[in-house]
Amino acid sequence: MKAKHGFFTSLKCRECGRHYPKEALHVCEFCFGPLEVDYDYDTIKTTISRERIESRPQTMWRYRELLPIEGEPTVGFEVGFTPLVKADRLAKRLGLRQVWLKNDTVNYPTLSFKDRVVSVALSRARELGFDVVACASTGNLANSVAANAAGAGLKSYVFIPADLETGKVLGSLVYGTNVVGIHGTYDEVNRLCSEIAGKYGWAFVNVNIRPYYAEGSKAMGYEIAEQLGWRLPDHVVVPMAGGSLITKIHKAFKEFVRLGLADDHESRIHGAQAEGCAPIVNALKAGVDIIKPVSKPHTIVKSLAIGNPADGFYSIQTMKQTGGWAENPDDDEVVAGIRLLAETEGIFAETAGGVTVAAAKRLVEGGRIKRDESVVLCITGHGLKTQEAVNGRCSEPRLIGPHLREFSALVEQEK
Amino acid sequence: MMGVNVRIPTPLRKLTQDKETVQASGATIQAIVDDLEKQYPGLKERLCDERGELRRFVNIYLNDEDIRFAQGKATPVKDGDEISIIPAIAGGK
Repeated sequence: MKAKHGFFTSLKCRECGRHYPKEALHVCEFCFGPLEVDYDYDTIKTTISRERIESRPQTMWRYRELLPIEGEPTVGFEVGFTPLVKADRLAKRLGLRQVWLKNDTVNYPTLSFKDRVVSVALSRARELGFDVVACASTGNLANSVAANAAGAGLKSYVFIPADLETGKVLGSLVYGTNVVGIHGTYDEVNRLCSEIAGKYGWAFVNVNIRPYYAEGSKAMGYEIAEQLGWRLPDHVVVPMAGGSLITKIHKAFKEFVRLGLADDHESRIHGAQAEGCAPIVNALKAGVDIIKPVSKPHTIVKSLAIGNPADGFYSIQTMKQTGGWAENPDDDEVVAGIRLLAETEGIFAETAGGVTVAAAKRLVEGGRIKRDESVVLCITGHGLKTQEAVNGRCSEPRLIGPHLREFSALVEQEK
Repeated sequence: MMGVNVRIPTPLRKLTQDKETVQASGATIQAIVDDLEKQYPGLKERLCDERGELRRFVNIYLNDEDIRFAQGKATPVKDGDEISIIPAIAGGK
């Protein structure tokens, strides 16, 4: 394998096509367009095959040729290849026949899909010689950067809005990272981080390392295709915050078709956001490409509350090109979605998972997903991190003394 | 004339002789951009497309507020204001 230099050749501006060296750069200095990793697909095609992939360990690094690092991964070798669960009980409740859950609530080590992007970002940051890593985050990314940096012996800083869920704050602090809480929205945190990245020479995974980082999300798409038996589904429903994941799942499917790993298939890719912060859904529904940023997000779904989504424009293109649609369920629907998933499939998702399930329900009701079509729902993070969202919205424990008589009375009462 | 401080992002610093902050004057964002172009030729082309509109991936903040929430390029600017130019492409969650 030509692993020494990797199978990626340069960074390329998605807008104007200018090429840049494979460094810590994320913006085209000419038009400000996003830089994206460019691969040598002809060479990849000669080395990759279904059999070759199947012979490798069950982690996302089995798609090594399509991930942008030069040597072997040094951070997060165990990440990915999470279960694709056939969800028959949920399917029945949604009025469908074939529903699968891509269950990244059990991704390693921090229980969200962010471990995918972080293992690529930190492996690449090390190759580029950084020893301090950082991120702007609403929680999941901060947890993953903190944990993976600790495990790799890198110093880390994570920047978060000051009002995050307790579980997500503690889930960073425990790793001994430097947590900086900002009085402001995620978008304000993000803007500050762009300025910090310009001043300090750190590897900000979602700023100057972003082209590499973002590619990690493709692994979710590869796994969906492989776990379906090297086939693409009729529909995928993806939660959107900045809108990167949905574009990368689309890219993953296109790459698999291009490399002959999956047959071409019309997969409709749908996006989901919460009503209280749905700039991408609103633009798609209004039929415009220009995203009107949301200045004050108001929703329990903090992990998706990005008012000014960087990949908003491209996620709209993904949905339009694939014939997908978008939905924006409200907070009550989100809680109902979390409970429906838990009660039917035994999977406790964070709020973003509730958005995905609730959006799927709307897509079925609106006739966008038909009964006999196959659907994959991307469940991207674990519910234990956002317990506030369902606290008081489930039933209460019944309290009794330690007496059989009292328990029998309770059972009788319920008959 | 006092003018305003404008923070320049890394991708544009080659045009500003590596200066992180530069001075500019004008009564609106539009006028500030024109003044920057006079001082640092080539800068406007990076910020605006051929129709003179702000490029899709450029964000300009006036005292920490995105000018798209104000009056865009017509947003009035006062002496002593702080302007920051920031690439839109950043973030994830």
